[in-house]
Amino acid sequence: MSKHVLSVLVENKFGVLARISSLIAGRGFNIDSLAVGETEDPTASRMTIVFDGDEKTIEQVKKQLNRLIDIISIQDLTKEEHLESELILCKVSVTPKTQPELVEIAETLKGEVADVGTKTLTILLVGDQAKVKTLLELVKPYGIKEIVRTGRIALTRDNGGK
Amino acid sequence: MKMKGAQILIECLKREGVDVIFGYPGGANLPIYDALYDAPLKHILVRHEQGAAHMADGYARATGRVGVCLATSGPGATNLVTGLATAFMDSIPVVAITGQVRSYLIGNDAFQEADVCGITRPITKHNFLVKDVNLLAQTIREAFYIAGTGKPGPVLVDIPVDISQAEIEFVWPEKVEIRGYKPERFMEGHRGQIDKAAKLMVEAKKPVIYVGGGAIMSQATEEVRELVDLIGAPITTTCMALGIYPEDKPCSLRMLGMHGAASTNYAVQYSDLLVNIGARFDDRVTGKVETFSPKSKKIHIDIDPASIGKSVQVDVPIVGDVKRVLKELIKEIKALKKKPDYKEWWDQIHEWQKKHPLSYSKNGAKLKPQYVLEVLSDLTKGEILMTTDVGQHQMWACQFYRWTRPRTYITSGGLGTMGYGLPAAIGAQFGRPKERVICLSGDGSFVMNIQELATAVDHKLPIKTIILNNFYLGMVRQWQEMFYKKRFSYSAIRPPDFAKVAEGFGARGVTIRKAEEVRPTLEKILKDKECWVVDCLCDEEEKVFPIIPPGKAIDEMIMDMA
Repeated sequence: MSKHVLSVLVENKFGVLARISSLIAGRGFNIDSLAVGETEDPTASRMTIVFDGDEKTIEQVKKQLNRLIDIISIQDLTKEEHLESELILCKVSVTPKTQPELVEIAETLKGEVADVGTKTLTILLVGDQAKVKTLLELVKPYGIKEIVRTGRIALTRDNGGK
Repeated sequence: MKMKGAQILIECLKREGVDVIFGYPGGANLPIYDALYDAPLKHILVRHEQGAAHMADGYARATGRVGVCLATSGPGATNLVTGLATAFMDSIPVVAITGQVRSYLIGNDAFQEADVCGITRPITKHNFLVKDVNLLAQTIREAFYIAGTGKPGPVLVDIPVDISQAEIEFVWPEKVEIRGYKPERFMEGHRGQIDKAAKLMVEAKKPVIYVGGGAIMSQATEEVRELVDLIGAPITTTCMALGIYPEDKPCSLRMLGMHGAASTNYAVQYSDLLVNIGARFDDRVTGKVETFSPKSKKIHIDIDPASIGKSVQVDVPIVGDVKRVLKELIKEIKALKKKPDYKEWWDQIHEWQKKHPLSYSKNGAKLKPQYVLEVLSDLTKGEILMTTDVGQHQMWACQFYRWTRPRTYITSGGLGTMGYGLPAAIGAQFGRPKERVICLSGDGSFVMNIQELATAVDHKLPIKTIILNNFYLGMVRQWQEMFYKKRFSYSAIRPPDFAKVAEGFGARGVTIRKAEEVRPTLEKILKDKECWVVDCLCDEEEKVFPIIPPGKAIDEMIMDMA
């Protein structure tokens, strides 16, 4: 089992997300994360879907998705050099004593303190999976209250015309 | 010219070459029915929307053209569901038009509202909700294009009342351009793969050609026959492709799978090369997948990339249109100039055939259902078009009728829909008016859409329904007897007097109780122009053999109960 990142270009129409999610759910495939937004062409949206599964499952998912009329193209980024990023908001317990430490963690990881109150402090961080993981590990001892993540978004890298 | 949405729909159907539609009116499609009132388009009023969907499907299977059905919103549309799922499982091109509540009421739980696009999403190739009348013509064109190309399938177009009523200037879209759907990309098979396949075929010692519905869909009868005759290899078909190669010729091994002849399943299981042409390694064919035909190399020709490698790993996948791929394959085999030698293989197959012929016990006073099919086969010699329901009768028809022409055995292969036979027969008869159409049914199945007898009688269709009546849900009874310790839980079903019911609908009815009545009765009704229901009261203990028990390998068949 390994993680696969699919970048899927779809028609920007109502019902497309439902088609994709019902296809995937109907076949018992498990989605790790799914992020979607409009592209440079307003009639198309790009979805980044992260799956957990073996090669055979992923092959089937790709073929089945390709069957959908509203899907324009599918790229399996796992097999290509790509950039990826995720945004996380992480609300952590805070005391006057721990506040400077948490601010320092946020700054070290190039995140920012998005909100601060008497009992909690919220860190906003943008980064790849390693960076997000590091943040979570570092703040864990302070007590994580709530987390929200956008899911990964990804694009191929410019490979210099190779 | 300014036209209403409903008129635009009718105009588009005409331009798509539609000559008949099957439908049922209701609140949300009334504007469409108003436009149909004086339209030059034949409309067949059904008695239940499920019938309309099956008729469109039967029409499509009999002709190869797209079948069209029409229903109203809510219950009208949900009644289409079984018919659409049936067409979807067997990749049949159908366009279903449904009325929808006014677009500003959608989501308000309006009277007769249902989320039809949501409901039919997993059982259609694609569906549309038309929210702008300016997109209506374009949508209808796309629906027909999607339904009929690539791997065909049903497409539903949901049209709200206000869209049908809105008036705009009609513009016929000349071109269909869908950027996410390019079926022509998958038409030509890969050259190198075809060469590989050709080489494997002439070098094989024990090949079997295994053909499915995709070959019928691709109109590849001629090519399949040429290929088989060129190399002299044994050919077996699924029930979706019966008749693509004449079963009275020596190369035919007839149907394979759960109820295929034992010799055929042995041949598949012990072959060294399996050439799958437009079939899908369905579980009714493979039995237990892990032990399926373990020593064979496998070639798989299919237009749908997703069908290849889905359940069985193949050695030479060829994505392409069967007809085009076979043309190239035949050329390539001819170019190899090597006459394959399958003599030993044929000797082995003939030995199996001699040892395990398809047969049934002729003992006892009761009428044997298989006998009815033998007589029908003898009387008609393949010159009929048969639709079936689902169960024992469906399998006996595969086993005991000799199929010699494609598109003459029309059945719900994938979904296994009881109640399919009669409406499919009606659709098929409209599509092929000159064919003698027979609906073969069972006492359970026939009642499921019996109301369509009224439709058949309305149009004076000379359809003959033959019911193999054993007072049981026969296949359920067979499984209960064989696999559930004879606990016949709710499988006994009291049938009505079908002959009388037929008369009530305005058709003709007759009951057959004895074997000696079969031939004269069938001879008589086959000549008659009226719609007949022939109720054959059969031996309830008769079972379909051989049978591959569920979860077993295909060479672990049970041959009989002795």
